Amino acid sequence: MSVVASLKQRLFRWQSDGSGTFRLNQRRIFILPTRAGIVYAITLAAMFTGAINYNLALGHALVFLLTGLGLVGMLHTFRNLFALRITPGRSIPVFAGETAYFPITLRNDRKIPRLGLLLQADGNQEISSMVPAEESSQIAIPVRATQRGWLILPRVRLSTVYPLGLLYAWSYLQPEMHCLIYPKPVFTPLPPEQSTQATGERQGDGGQEDFAGFRNHQPADSLRHVAWKASAKDGGQRPLLVKQFAGGAELELALDWRLTPEAAGSETRLALLTGWVLAADAAGACYGLRLPGHEILPQRGTPHRLRCLEALALYQP
Amino acid sequence: MTTPANQSLDHQGIPWLFAASLATTLPHALHQPPWLSAFTGLVLFYAIWLWWNNERLPGRWLLVLLVGIACGGVLLEFRTLLGRDAGVGMLVLFMALKLLELRSRRDAMVLVTLGYFLLLTHYFYSQSIPTGLWLISAMTVVTAALIRVHGGPASAPLATLRYAGLLTLQALPFMLLLYVLFPRISGPLWGLPQDAHSARSGLTNQMSPGSFSNLALSSEIAFRVRFDGEIPPRDRLYWRGPVMDQFDGRTWRVHGGKGQAPQIEALSPPLTYESTIEPNQQRWLLALDSPTPTLKNFTVNDTLTVTNREAIVQRSRFPLISVTDYRYNVIEDPATLNRNLALPPKLNPKARALAESWRSKSENPNVTVNRALALFSAQDFTYTLQPPMLGENGIDEFLFQSKRGFCEHYAAAFVVLMRAAGIPARVVGGYQGGERNPIDGYLVIRQSDAHAWAEVWLPGQGWVRIDPTASVSPSRVEGGIAAAMPSGEPLPALLTMRSDFLRTIRYRWEAINNTWNQQVLGYNPERQRELLSRLGLIEVTWQNMTALLATLSGTLLLAVAAWTLYHQPRIDPAQRLWHIALRRMAQRQVNCAPWETPLALQRRIEAERPELANAFAAVVSAYLTARYSAIPGDLQPLRDAIARLP
Repeated sequence: MSVVASLKQRLFRWQSDGSGTFRLNQRRIFILPTRAGIVYAITLAAMFTGAINYNLALGHALVFLLTGLGLVGMLHTFRNLFALRITPGRSIPVFAGETAYFPITLRNDRKIPRLGLLLQADGNQEISSMVPAEESSQIAIPVRATQRGWLILPRVRLSTVYPLGLLYAWSYLQPEMHCLIYPKPVFTPLPPEQSTQATGERQGDGGQEDFAGFRNHQPADSLRHVAWKASAKDGGQRPLLVKQFAGGAELELALDWRLTPEAAGSETRLALLTGWVLAADAAGACYGLRLPGHEILPQRGTPHRLRCLEALALYQP
Repeated sequence: MTTPANQSLDHQGIPWLFAASLATTLPHALHQPPWLSAFTGLVLFYAIWLWWNNERLPGRWLLVLLVGIACGGVLLEFRTLLGRDAGVGMLVLFMALKLLELRSRRDAMVLVTLGYFLLLTHYFYSQSIPTGLWLISAMTVVTAALIRVHGGPASAPLATLRYAGLLTLQALPFMLLLYVLFPRISGPLWGLPQDAHSARSGLTNQMSPGSFSNLALSSEIAFRVRFDGEIPPRDRLYWRGPVMDQFDGRTWRVHGGKGQAPQIEALSPPLTYESTIEPNQQRWLLALDSPTPTLKNFTVNDTLTVTNREAIVQRSRFPLISVTDYRYNVIEDPATLNRNLALPPKLNPKARALAESWRSKSENPNVTVNRALALFSAQDFTYTLQPPMLGENGIDEFLFQSKRGFCEHYAAAFVVLMRAAGIPARVVGGYQGGERNPIDGYLVIRQSDAHAWAEVWLPGQGWVRIDPTASVSPSRVEGGIAAAMPSGEPLPALLTMRSDFLRTIRYRWEAINNTWNQQVLGYNPERQRELLSRLGLIEVTWQNMTALLATLSGTLLLAVAAWTLYHQPRIDPAQRLWHIALRRMAQRQVNCAPWETPLALQRRIEAERPELANAFAAVVSAYLTARYSAIPGDLQPLRDAIARLP
């Protein structure tokens, strides 16, 4: 098995293509007949036998013309990949269980379009694409994200059978691309809010926060925040509403590793924390994240959420 | 995961497959039974209707039913599912039925492969130049369908067709190379089915009233002859076919038995020529009267009919030698002479009485022969393609009542008269005359040149050719049938063509066809050997040929690859000017490092070579404007700035 593997390694020269633009040259494009190509060859052999047997001069000519077509088709299938320029792009983080997309740019310098291109990351769904003449195409290669952390783009096979479908040309691409995968969130009610921050200059007195309006209820919202009266108006046709508060005393959520059940595994605990982060962010709360050996101070907003999610994604228990 | 073959076809691409199937099956309608073409057409229309209305394709049971009907029909029509015609019929039907099953790319591939195969089957019926051209375009359509299937909706119709044309064009040199160099094997490899070669009209080995006048209606070419020297005069151009000496009162037949070997005494120098005979399903070769009995490869039987080993089922070339003046079998076997005196008893009493009266008047057979010929020329006999029907005593009716007939009537009546007068005589079938094509010098003999004449045996002279038709209508022998026939006779338009212009076109077209037949279709192992040794290949063995073929194909492949893959990268004109500027600076010992941007270089020059700084700054500014401004810049300021560089 290892002999086969090393042979493959040597034949296909699997090595990283780096993070810059690279060009497909003849050393990395491989070509073999497809099943249809083999059937075509067998058909030609049968036709040739017929042409000899019935002494058909033009039958010979037709078989020879179709042979020429097969040879020329080989060159054109090869050309469909040859000298294609590939530039890796930046991928957007996703949650585990979703599909990560690795964008790459294909640049066609030729005056003819390159149709029928197929891209497939090892073990993932195949997508088809084309590049118009002297233009570029953006293609996102899908890869199923199963684990949190850095997902490295596996080897990608760029292949084509265009124009005749008789030959299959392919090349392995290995651009250095990775995508951050957040833990798959598990939604549970948020932990009770604590005024852990002793620094509060304006500790609330009864009124606590300034009422700022309503917003729709989300699964992670505590039922205690639901504005039942407001929601019951209009004969209960409205969605559940949640009171929103602004300003006032900083009532902060401390999303702490220690608040998650110890009995659950560390991955589950991270999943719960991820759910809390999303819920707290959706609720517009100010929240902090505390992991063993790592703490993010309470904050609001998208950059903060992304920082928390990244910490959760890359946490090493 | 979807593999390419399982991908479904897009709706807009299906018409290409309709076109491919139509292009490959349509010409078969010319020779297929009409029901088969109608069935194919209906299936095609059904498929198009389904596509047009975006309907679901029929289920499996309907397809099975249709295949059953198709197979049943073919079985009823041809009594077999194999064979040539039945096989072609089946392929055509499958091609149409596959249109009802177009779901995935794999189905499209099956259809296209079937289409390529169907193209071959057209050559069973015709290998003419128009067929060849039509099939190249049909092949391009099929290839375009293939490209469209794999290119998907992004493949625009016109671009697809052009791409298919380009691929065909690039494949053509390979075809030529392989055609000339691929080691040829002469077929057949195994027994051919019964219907391998279609029957054609032509001379047969019996003669009854009407058999020659039917042939005269056909302007089809029977054979072509290329003489090594001059073409002999027209009245010597008697092409000898079967000799018929058995008469039953209506039909003349060839006597099957073997006689003594023919004795020919040549009185003129031998003529060598090559005859290219169109397939006639017969074994005899039409040699110029008389062939020399010493021909190699063929047998010359006792009646001087040259026979090939097997029936001529495809166009073939034969080298032949003849003498036009000869003495033939001065000493003849008495049994043969007796056989050539036999007449059916009781029939044609008036003709016999006339002949016997001649015999009683003169013992000299030459006199009798001349009397008979004088009868035809003096009396009001008419040479016509439309003689009246004749009864049991056909010869009597013809000689004494209707007096209208074609060559077979004259030959038959003459031979009957001779036999009745005691002179051994027989009918010879063949062709007379021919037309020289001035373009390529070939003598073309058509079915309408079919002719029957007589041969009598005279003591001391042997068998002598007598053509009674020449007595009735001398112009038949001198000018051909078109000259001999009065206007109004139903001759083919091709023969009665008067216009010189049209005649020249016809000559040209037939000469092209002849070249095509001789050089392209007639390219066989012997021709290949001959050509290669003429091209200087020292030893024509298949090893040498394969090596040569491999070398040349490899070279050709490289050439086509270079054509296909060559790509001139387009350099931005501003950048080209910038490189000129850099070369100018290099002459002043300022070299731009690979990592230096124009502005960085400018700063370095300002520091190191202040005397160049101003001129160079203008170049940099003009370059950056031309290359990077939002509106593609004017190059003139850059050119001017470069010109001002010291």
